[in-house]
Amino acid sequence: MSIADYKGVWVFAEQRDGELQKIALELLGEGRRIADKLGVELTALLLGDKTDNMVKELVAFGADKVIVADHPLLGHFTTDGYAKVICELANERKPEVIFIGASYLGRDLGPRVSARLSTGLVADCTSLDVDEENNNLLMTRPAFGGNLMATIVCGDHRPQMATVRPGVFEKLTRDANRSCPIEKVTLNLTDDDIRTNTLEVVKVAQVLADIADANIIVSGGRGVGAKENFAILETLATSLGGVVGGSRAAVENGWVDKSLQVGQTGKTVRPNVYIACGISGAIQHLAGMQESDFIIAINKDPSAPIMKVANLAIAGDYSKVIPEMIAQIEAIKENNLI
Amino acid sequence: MNIVVCLKQVPDTNEVKIDQKTGTLIREGVPSIINPDDKNALEEALRLKDSNGAHVTIVSMGPPQAQIALREALAMGADEAILVSDRAFAGSDTLATSNTLAATIRQLDYDVIFAGRQAIDGDTAQVGPEIAELLGLPQITYVEKVEVINSGLKVRKAWEDGYEDIEVKTPVLLTAIKELNEPRYMNIKNIFGMYQEKEIKTWNADDIEADKTVLGLNGSPTKVKKSMTKEPKGQGELIQLPPKEAAQFVISKLKENHFI
Repeated sequence: MSIADYKGVWVFAEQRDGELQKIALELLGEGRRIADKLGVELTALLLGDKTDNMVKELVAFGADKVIVADHPLLGHFTTDGYAKVICELANERKPEVIFIGASYLGRDLGPRVSARLSTGLVADCTSLDVDEENNNLLMTRPAFGGNLMATIVCGDHRPQMATVRPGVFEKLTRDANRSCPIEKVTLNLTDDDIRTNTLEVVKVAQVLADIADANIIVSGGRGVGAKENFAILETLATSLGGVVGGSRAAVENGWVDKSLQVGQTGKTVRPNVYIACGISGAIQHLAGMQESDFIIAINKDPSAPIMKVANLAIAGDYSKVIPEMIAQIEAIKENNLI
Repeated sequence: MNIVVCLKQVPDTNEVKIDQKTGTLIREGVPSIINPDDKNALEEALRLKDSNGAHVTIVSMGPPQAQIALREALAMGADEAILVSDRAFAGSDTLATSNTLAATIRQLDYDVIFAGRQAIDGDTAQVGPEIAELLGLPQITYVEKVEVINSGLKVRKAWEDGYEDIEVKTPVLLTAIKELNEPRYMNIKNIFGMYQEKEIKTWNADDIEADKTVLGLNGSPTKVKKSMTKEPKGQGELIQLPPKEAAQFVISKLKENHFI
């Protein structure tokens, strides 16, 4: 294998049953940056069935070229079908970099492809760059539950492959006037290539069984003042994809359900983000939440104990700050819509 | 039915120590457990043994002290355990690890291979699919239900937004998630039996007849260039701004840390 033979950055454009996934556009955004640093072409690789509309989006979001494998057997994801098509193309075209989303699909497909290509794969990257000395890709990922960050290289093998965590990178601004070459590849794919048989695909609305499983918790305490005031906390939680919790005072006042109580007599939680509103931070409450990754406290009293454990301690009135947060999150979401 | 379960002993702690020279983790002196997803994999193998009859073999790559994890697996009800241990495996990335385990499994009879989805010390979720590829087997990952049917297995695979029921013939490799089952405790009879009848085999690089160039650090396409521990949480920032600016600051921090 000669490393010099490998050129170009590929991003795997994930679609599921005809719907282009957000990660595909995020990968194009970051892929664009890496391709420009390397001075090479950025190719979107799309596998699917009836793909025309999706192709247009990939062009509008920054691809220099789109390779399309359009086939009835590729409409629904199968490891066997997708791995075969991608590996055959990669062996033939020799990209130096392949990015795949670290989604359920990508984490199933990525290692299958990298093993077949006898190359490395770095999982779940949160930061990517190019080593200016030798043009190697620098792939940084968290390990050990996020306690350790490691920068990994794949210097002697090509392609350099990474799965990339969804939501980390930004997509480019959509430009409907962009155009680029689109190549539809001919496939030799048959039923016999696919050894699994899908019986049924069921979509289930996510039901959160336990506050302890939540990634984001917006919690209220005595300072929230009344049951109806929790509505705004609820709205913030929903817009962040999280849930509402409460301190013992909030539960005892009947403002939130007992099952949502955080603290020594309630649940111990360690979400990614814990937002404490109007909670002073009695030691029993702190015991139940201080292991959270990122704590935001909003309290009128800057000297309240909760402010000492918070990463961000906001001296202010939650009823004024939270509506502003909601408005700004909604604005971000609107800009991010495909 | 012959079932092979791939199992890893992992440190039961968030305390990370790093070898500054190699950039790899130091495992000595840290309490160890069976990797949680692997325990679900083992439990499912034992359930298939209970309901349909099966011979369950545990395969693990690791240092000699990983025997403890294998003893626990035997006490839970596995029939046989093989520890693949050799200095030649040191510094393995996921591909080199998969080469080692695939070579080991080639020495065995199998219909179903179970692995955990991912290990808590690496979170890569790569070794299962890579073993499947190296052995030329179909794979189903994120498995939350397994049923034996006439033609093979009916397997429920979890997706971010639901699930998929899939039919597959054996041999096949499945990766387990915690929704699959509730692992049993060690059985007292098995704890005694384990010391009397069951013995842990230790195999080295020669025993598994693997191509040495694909093992260990030299067989690893990926190398750690640099690693750093996360900064400890210090005193946070106190923000005294009007509501709108305060909210802006919070949102920018949430974005910066990839929470939104």
